[in-house]
Amino acid sequence: MAKYSVKVFITYRKGVLDPQGVAVEKAAHQLGFKKVTDVRVGKYITMTIEAESENEVRKEIEEMAKKFLVNPVIEEYTYEIEEVK
Amino acid sequence: MVFGIPVYPGSNCDRDVGWVIEKVLGQKVRYLWHRETDLSGIDCIVIPGGFSYGDYLRAGAMAKLSPVTESICDFAERGGLVMGICNGFQILLEAGLLPGAMLPNKTLSFICKFVNLRVENNKTPFTSLYKKGEVVSIPIAHAEGNYTCPPETLREIEENGQVVVRYSSPDGEVSEEFNPNGSLNNIAGICNKKGNVFGLMPHPERASEAILGSTDGLKMFQSIVQSLLKA
Repeated sequence: MAKYSVKVFITYRKGVLDPQGVAVEKAAHQLGFKKVTDVRVGKYITMTIEAESENEVRKEIEEMAKKFLVNPVIEEYTYEIEEVK
Repeated sequence: MVFGIPVYPGSNCDRDVGWVIEKVLGQKVRYLWHRETDLSGIDCIVIPGGFSYGDYLRAGAMAKLSPVTESICDFAERGGLVMGICNGFQILLEAGLLPGAMLPNKTLSFICKFVNLRVENNKTPFTSLYKKGEVVSIPIAHAEGNYTCPPETLREIEENGQVVVRYSSPDGEVSEEFNPNGSLNNIAGICNKKGNVFGLMPHPERASEAILGSTDGLKMFQSIVQSLLKA
């Protein structure tokens, strides 16, 4: 068994209004960061998973995403896996 | 008539709903701790508002995993009447008993005030005592009540008459001006296709006695009792 460090990034899907993203973008513009566009505010979840292989970790994450981590009606996600040496 | 009220860690409107059902309507209430699974003898479930599990992850996301929610899903599947108020509505969405999802309010603020609702569908067991088009005054209290769903779902629920109540003016005008939170089509409450599951953001239990400023919400609970008597 190896240990894997996992980072999950959850954001609203394209086309879903993100009121926080809109507010942050407006604030950035007010502060003079005029070139900033497409601000989206999301969630960043870290965890450690013990597994035989990276594939097994993928399965675990995707299963968790489906069951409760992500609401597919409004959210999408990506993740990164790194073996803990 | 026995009403089951699930109580999750963080529910805070359970006693208010219970008060209306017991003291105002004279019906029986059974509180169901979130670990309970036995719903035998219960005629209707009302999932109360509050902040189940502190709204961790997403409002309702944790509560959908509770044992009592699983039993409520089975109960609804068998045709049992289930109403979700505020956080209860969010739980019904997360559990997949109703279509769509909630986003943070357009204004990003927690909104707590009386709003006007136009009754769009009075053919449900939850709204049968209202007139179609009747405007009622019931308070909202939420930060995440900005209802959204994919365009094809929106078309479907509109065509099926699943939009039960909409935010409106006191005269029943539905426009962006009277939309407190940014909900698609001013949606305040919807039911499932079968009509036995209903979720709404406003709190009818907070508008069920004159001392609270409105009794417009009481008819929702009375409608349920009448529907159960007929069944």
